[in-house]
Amino acid sequence: MNTPPIEQPGMESSSVDLAVVTQSILASGPEIIIIIGACVALMLSLLPPLRQERLLAGLTVLMIVLAASMSFFLADYPQTAYAGMFIVDGFSTFFKMILYLGTLLTVLMSGKYLIKEGVQMGEYYVLLLFALVGTMIMVSSGDLLLVYIGLELQALSIYVLTGFLKANTRSNEASLKYIILGAFSSGIFLYGLSLFYGLTGTTNLNEMTIALSAQDLSDSMVILATLFMLVGLLFKVGAVPFHTWVPDIYEGAPSPITAYMSVAPKAAAFAVIVRIFMHDLLVLEPIWILNLAAIAVLTMTVGSFVALVQKNIKRMLAYSSIAHAGFVMLGIVAGGKEGMASIMLYLLIYTFMTIGIFAIVILLNKGAVFEEPIEDFAGLAKNHAGLALMSLIFLLSLAGIPPTGGFFAKFYILTALVEQGYVVLTVIAVLLTAVAAWFYLRIIMLMYVQQPQNQPKIHVNLSMRMVLLIATLGTLLSGLLPAWFLGFAEISLQLVNG
Amino acid sequence: MTDFPVLSLLIFLPLIAVLFLPLLPDNNSVRGFTLVILFFNFLVATWLLVVFDNNTAQMQFKENLPWVPSLGIAYKLGIDGVSVLFIFLTSLLGWICVVASWNAIHERVKEFMSCLMVMQSLMLGVFCALDLFLFYVFWETMLVPMYLIIGIWGGSNRIYAAYKFFLYTLAGSLLFLVGILVLYFAGGQTFDILKLMDGQYDFNLQAWVFIAFLIAFAVKVPMFPLHTWLPDAHVQAPTAGSIILAGVLLKMGAYGFIRFSLPMLPDASQYFAPLMQSLSAIAIIYGGFLALAQTDIKKLIAYSSISHMGFVTLGLFTFTINGTSGAVIQMFNHGITTGALFLFVGLVYERTHSRNITAYGGLIKVIPLYGILFASFLLSAMAVPGTNSFIGEILVLSGAYGVNNWAASAGVFGALLGAAYILGLYRQMLLGPVVVPVGAKMRDLNIRELCCALPLLLFVFWLGLYPKPFLSILYPTLEHLLMQTQGQTLVQSIGGNL
Repeated sequence: MNTPPIEQPGMESSSVDLAVVTQSILASGPEIIIIIGACVALMLSLLPPLRQERLLAGLTVLMIVLAASMSFFLADYPQTAYAGMFIVDGFSTFFKMILYLGTLLTVLMSGKYLIKEGVQMGEYYVLLLFALVGTMIMVSSGDLLLVYIGLELQALSIYVLTGFLKANTRSNEASLKYIILGAFSSGIFLYGLSLFYGLTGTTNLNEMTIALSAQDLSDSMVILATLFMLVGLLFKVGAVPFHTWVPDIYEGAPSPITAYMSVAPKAAAFAVIVRIFMHDLLVLEPIWILNLAAIAVLTMTVGSFVALVQKNIKRMLAYSSIAHAGFVMLGIVAGGKEGMASIMLYLLIYTFMTIGIFAIVILLNKGAVFEEPIEDFAGLAKNHAGLALMSLIFLLSLAGIPPTGGFFAKFYILTALVEQGYVVLTVIAVLLTAVAAWFYLRIIMLMYVQQPQNQPKIHVNLSMRMVLLIATLGTLLSGLLPAWFLGFAEISLQLVNG
Repeated sequence: MTDFPVLSLLIFLPLIAVLFLPLLPDNNSVRGFTLVILFFNFLVATWLLVVFDNNTAQMQFKENLPWVPSLGIAYKLGIDGVSVLFIFLTSLLGWICVVASWNAIHERVKEFMSCLMVMQSLMLGVFCALDLFLFYVFWETMLVPMYLIIGIWGGSNRIYAAYKFFLYTLAGSLLFLVGILVLYFAGGQTFDILKLMDGQYDFNLQAWVFIAFLIAFAVKVPMFPLHTWLPDAHVQAPTAGSIILAGVLLKMGAYGFIRFSLPMLPDASQYFAPLMQSLSAIAIIYGGFLALAQTDIKKLIAYSSISHMGFVTLGLFTFTINGTSGAVIQMFNHGITTGALFLFVGLVYERTHSRNITAYGGLIKVIPLYGILFASFLLSAMAVPGTNSFIGEILVLSGAYGVNNWAASAGVFGALLGAAYILGLYRQMLLGPVVVPVGAKMRDLNIRELCCALPLLLFVFWLGLYPKPFLSILYPTLEHLLMQTQGQTLVQSIGGNL
């Protein structure tokens, strides 16, 4: 019934068409730029370490900007490349913009942190760039195998980055845990993939859609395959009950990497979930919809309640990111164009506010050996009114209080939910939001009410200023002028095959 | 009228002025600047009240700009007879708060005045908004500055009180949001308040939305049994915070009933009216008894607020012109009288640092001017004929008799209780042998303090002796409101009979 997939590329390759190859290369231009950047950075890191830091950071920023402009240019030409494996469309471009943004801000935050921790090694930027390529491939893939390749490239880079503080046992422990659990979850995903291949004879999402329409969906193999694949991906976004790795790894990893992890790989994994489950393999919806709704509620509940008792700011933000992931999952449950647009908007706004609050955490950090108690924030308003005000904005946004972007992001997901008639789910979601507000308020209280406890003088350098500026502007503008951001998400919703 | 956006000016002037506060050199200039801005706002509000057209129930001074067109969200403002009165009250109390905290707040003056001005903007925004989304943004953002005012400048147990205030109101507001979204889809995807008023919704939907709105508004009013945050917040808040809380914030719950529940959900309002009347009666008596048992002056006034606001909700849910106009007048009165009482408690607290009733005695002999003015406001609080509260309560009671005699009798009993606790306070503090807390420097009111008190006193007697100008502003709006509430029910019941 299904033609073996091997034959199709085979037929085409017999008549090698230079135009097709060129088109494919052009379509994947941004990825190629980043890979070239990574290779150059790798070579530069062999140079003597004198001024290497700035050179590498500059190169990384330059490459990201180049790739971003190319992606921006390509967005007007939706197309598939490499025989349908690779997709360039508005959707992937939107997510790539989130990834560029997240990586760029991470790079800008890293410089000072690395010097403070005494780990100035060029590999840091190389790995960050490879992780970026991995996530970019994830959001652009039209083929499950390519998804897997992107997933692994990204994950392997981040395993190393997590353990980058070689002398710090917490960092080492986190890295090891991440490798074990990450490999485990990749295995689960791969298993789901292989089952799908067995059922449909293809790994290409488009062909799989056609093949699945002839399948009996109540077949236990289909159910098993769907659940395996979904679980593999939910692992990556830190959904409960697959979240246990998140707090330890967020706590142990170098702070800029924690910020990066809670933004970019998460966005990429959500992009994959959206593309596979909300668009291409939508026929499978009856199998997962109830499970996912339950998981979303569970994720928000655990995230919000456990965050209440955390004493380490990074652990608290880890649980907060779990709660946010649960909220995004509600957008998947809502489904449809509205649901997709709401997820995209949420992840964009989430990037601004999360990076913002992590930038503050990095500034307050006295060094990785001291851990990061929440009390670091105590009395911030007294000595650093500006930083305190910005933290206030990020925290209110994370709590979903208007007029910040976080409110509009939540509002839009709730709108999509109510439109589909999930009113009970909406009520649960808002009540859990009120619970989550508590621990953000706790930090605000610390900043404004408590007296400072031997806080070191905080010096905010230029690149950190830029990060804070971008994050603050993004958080505020997305709340005050949401129409612009929303329009951006809606325009980007032109998927190449749909 | 003119095309000049008066309402936007009113709302955004304080917000813009906040940006200039960091430039000012010292605390006194900060205070002066804030006073000038808020007094200017007061003049504009007075002008609005003067030129307001009393002969129509239409919205006046309308403004309408698109905000998020794809979701039907607009920046839409306009005022009717009810809102113009509260805009006036808000801006009156606004500058009084600045004067009242001139000496009381000497730490972080800049931040405090910023909070006051932001608060002012948001409160005015709530009363002007004609778009539900816009309304909600103002409504919820308001929590933040109020939270900071209580949390930073409050009394010893301020942190607990601030959390309680924030989380109570947030949970209520979020349910309100769900109600808004349900109404949004039922009313044809618009947030326009006037359009939503014209919609016909089936009873089930009305009932659920009514409950969601009820929780949000009942927390704000506050109605029994959701009132427990109020005593804590009032006792811990600084004087200005208490004045705003009692004077304006508590009005917003009742304003919500007038603006949304009654006109948009008429059938549900009728259906739930007995419940609302009973809850109001309970609040009147329960609040009265609790007030009777207090030894902390602020707590006493806080509980008396619950009792007084019971009259407001009782009047609203009689659906008679006397009841509703009495309710609105009572809201205005409560703002003036309770605002003044908190002011006077603050004045004596500044001198003695004690809020314990038994620590005082015979104050009228020590500080006669203070004693006389305080006594006048106390008389107003117990609704002596000739003062403002008498008009409000008598109108409410005359509306309630015939509709719900039990609740009306409870109201009369509550008024009696009011006389008991107010006279008790009056006797203990002002009459009898002179008792003053040890080490207190008693001095009578100075010019600054008189400036706060006298305008409020003017309204106490103006409303008490000649309420006609105020009532004539209200009547067209309220008649229109009652027509909406009852007219639609009429249509519905005829439809049912056919």
